Amino acid sequence: MAKKGWKDIPIGGLIEEAGTAKEYKTGSWRTFRPVIDKAKCINCLQCWMHCPDSCIKVKDSKMEGFDYDYCKGCGICASVCPVKCIKMKPDVKQ
Amino acid sequence: MANIKELSKIPERLTSGHRLCSGCGASIAVRQVLMGTTSPVVTAAATGCLEVATTIYPYTAWAVPFIHNAFENVAATISGAETAYRALKKKGKITKDIKFVAFGGDGGTYDIGLQSLSGALERGHNFVYVCYDNEAYMNTGIQRSGATPTGASTTTAPAGKVSYGKPQIRKDLTAIVAAHHIPYAAQGCISHWNDLVTKSQKAFAIEGPAFLNVFSPCHRGWRYPQSDTIKIAKLAVETGFWPLIEFENGKWSFTYRPKERKPVVEFLKTQGRFKHLFKEENKPVLGRIQKDIDTHWNYLEKLTQATSA
Repeated sequence: MAKKGWKDIPIGGLIEEAGTAKEYKTGSWRTFRPVIDKAKCINCLQCWMHCPDSCIKVKDSKMEGFDYDYCKGCGICASVCPVKCIKMKPDVKQ
Repeated sequence: MANIKELSKIPERLTSGHRLCSGCGASIAVRQVLMGTTSPVVTAAATGCLEVATTIYPYTAWAVPFIHNAFENVAATISGAETAYRALKKKGKITKDIKFVAFGGDGGTYDIGLQSLSGALERGHNFVYVCYDNEAYMNTGIQRSGATPTGASTTTAPAGKVSYGKPQIRKDLTAIVAAHHIPYAAQGCISHWNDLVTKSQKAFAIEGPAFLNVFSPCHRGWRYPQSDTIKIAKLAVETGFWPLIEFENGKWSFTYRPKERKPVVEFLKTQGRFKHLFKEENKPVLGRIQKDIDTHWNYLEKLTQATSA
């Protein structure tokens, strides 16, 4: 985001657009990344329900994977998964 | 009862990219509560982790209108917004059905914002107040609040040679709110999402003030591994540390009753803030905590029986 002068900022510091935090990628906070074994997944969506960062992609009521741009790697998804198909692996460069 | 597949179709109101800690309970509470309605919502939050971390300028994680507040006045702000909405609706300038929801932490609700909450409840505005209860002032560095339980070590009630942490019991805020004789008040927990979303649906549907007290663990303040947030929240319910109750039109009831209440040490031993209680000299405190929970549970049992008739 480009820096703004005082004339460019709306009165009262209003943020005129909704949901702009999407421009701030929190994925770099992560030390462990969740990895899913889709073969075992039963699409119960417990991971989606309990993700603090809204990082579980769901399409047509099916679990589609993780949004690694924002996932902070807390591991809640792996801990709530009833069939244990999500594993936390060290997030290292391949 | 809420259906998880149906809920997953509601667009997210709190986007990714906010800067709450990884494994934070507060954002889970917000997401689950906002699943309770499909109407447009106007939100406001009292100063606290949630407000600070979701609205770092020039970003906002709210995909809905959000009003920034001071610590003590979120209920007053939302009642003002709600009154303006009613006036505009009367004049025909707004036709949409809009819901109003205020979020506050336990510091902004149990302590600092209590007067404005009490005022808004008394005036009977049509809004939902949500307290995400993480049992201390986590945003400023784990100071004790009115919601901190007995025996928890905080930076202003530290455990050491002469102290075992906070000596007082926490206040029963849900009962204080219910004493305003509002139509709906309830205690929820993020681990029991179906219970919480159902309560939130009721709260949004009811005409008049509604209150939700949501138990949301904080791994920084409670000292546990970040992946255990839901596990610990569940233990709080299973041990009776956080009873899932609701107050609807003058009647108290349990919405979930553990088959057999586990001993509270099961919950306490998972967290570093209670670690000192397991030393020999602090053993009597453990007994006291269990006794307090049993007493409160029995009181709730009697309360539900007395008001169910």
